[in-house]
Amino acid sequence: MKRFVLAGLAIALGATAVLAQDVIAQRRDIMKGVGGATRDPGAMLKGEQPFDLAKVQRTLAVYQDAAKKMPGLYPADSKTGGDTSAAPKIWEDSAGFKAAFDKFAADSAAAAAAIKDEASFKANFPNVLKDCGSCHESYRLKKG
Amino acid sequence: MQRGAALGLALGALALGGALGFYLLSAPETWRMARGVTIVDDKRTPDLANGERLFNAGGCTSCHSVPGQNDRLQLGGGLAFDTPFGILHAPNISQDRNQGIGAWSLGDFARAMREGVSPQGRNYYPAFPYTSYQRMTPSDIADLYGYLKTLPASTQVSKPHQMAFPFNITRGLGLWKLAFLDGKPFTPDPARDAQWNLGAYLVNGPGHCAECHSPRNAAGAIIPSLRFAGGPDPEGKGFVPNITQADNGLKKWSAGDIAELLKSGFTPDYDSVGGTMAPVVKNMARLSDADRMAMGVYLKSLPAIETPPRPAKKQ
Repeated sequence: MKRFVLAGLAIALGATAVLAQDVIAQRRDIMKGVGGATRDPGAMLKGEQPFDLAKVQRTLAVYQDAAKKMPGLYPADSKTGGDTSAAPKIWEDSAGFKAAFDKFAADSAAAAAAIKDEASFKANFPNVLKDCGSCHESYRLKKG
Repeated sequence: MQRGAALGLALGALALGGALGFYLLSAPETWRMARGVTIVDDKRTPDLANGERLFNAGGCTSCHSVPGQNDRLQLGGGLAFDTPFGILHAPNISQDRNQGIGAWSLGDFARAMREGVSPQGRNYYPAFPYTSYQRMTPSDIADLYGYLKTLPASTQVSKPHQMAFPFNITRGLGLWKLAFLDGKPFTPDPARDAQWNLGAYLVNGPGHCAECHSPRNAAGAIIPSLRFAGGPDPEGKGFVPNITQADNGLKKWSAGDIAELLKSGFTPDYDSVGGTMAPVVKNMARLSDADRMAMGVYLKSLPAIETPPRPAKKQ
């Protein structure tokens, strides 16, 4: 019986470790997706690519989807254990962390409504991009 | 007994000699004799726009603005730095005559920036990056001083540092400076063009990039052969990236990519930099495109140096 319990415990512990690595991989994938989706609008802002409304709207949809999923991917056991640059402040100030994603979602939705052409794109999109840096400043560690 | 007394006397003399030697070697005057006197450009009418540019390039506000409020020009200090030697607090550098630096002369300011010493002769900890600021030209220091004069005063009292013994004895930093503060102002390389030299000056002088992007030795000084190769965050969290031309550094980046990161915070992959680099970007974003591009051009010219091994991960 004792051995059975120990074995069960070992499996449970192992499973938690796997789960932690799993959410870390998931949130990294989502963030990479956000970065990848920024490529086109980024090039449009720099004038390296012609303005394309459909692409911009697709990107803003990726942002809103990511902002919805991300806050749930930081359980207490995923502070370390995988390739992560998550800052301890995520867990110390979880309300602020959640609020940062709510703002990202709201700003993305507002930009999606406001952007109709190149001029409104250039006026509204940079505002959404500011959310990347302001959230990373508080909730992400440097990485090398 | 007699032998014991003689030994005691000898040890006493040695201790006295040692104390005297320490006292003399650690004096700010000794550093000046060895490394040169700071030139003060006090005939200059300060160029305030250039002073503001240097304020931004130097990132003064990142450490000295009052934490938890949004005004980057409130320089009352208070931010804490958890270093391996104890906790430091950024002091008030506002124009208040008592709590800040409002009563300082340009000479006082120049010696603080280049020699890391207060008007009273007290040594500053090198968390204040005078090891980089020493490269600044006398005219730039005069312009920065003039610009700081235009900023508001704060009566906030600077918090005391909490350093462990023996690091709490600031006199000892005089020896550190003899070893690690060479006192050399920036000299342009005539073999390079003006853009490269501007970048070298901004990166190594006011920008003080190497202060975070280099590993340090046991005494807390940058290891010259590993300058810009990245290393553990001096504040203990995370790892600072390599910014040489190493494979995991900026090899694949163009000078324009580097300039873009300094302007928007985005890497070529549209990753957005975090941690203390985010406030650096806020400051650098206020520089001109030409200044940022010059920094990019200079960084692209650095030889590839492999990143030092990471410390074992703490759980």
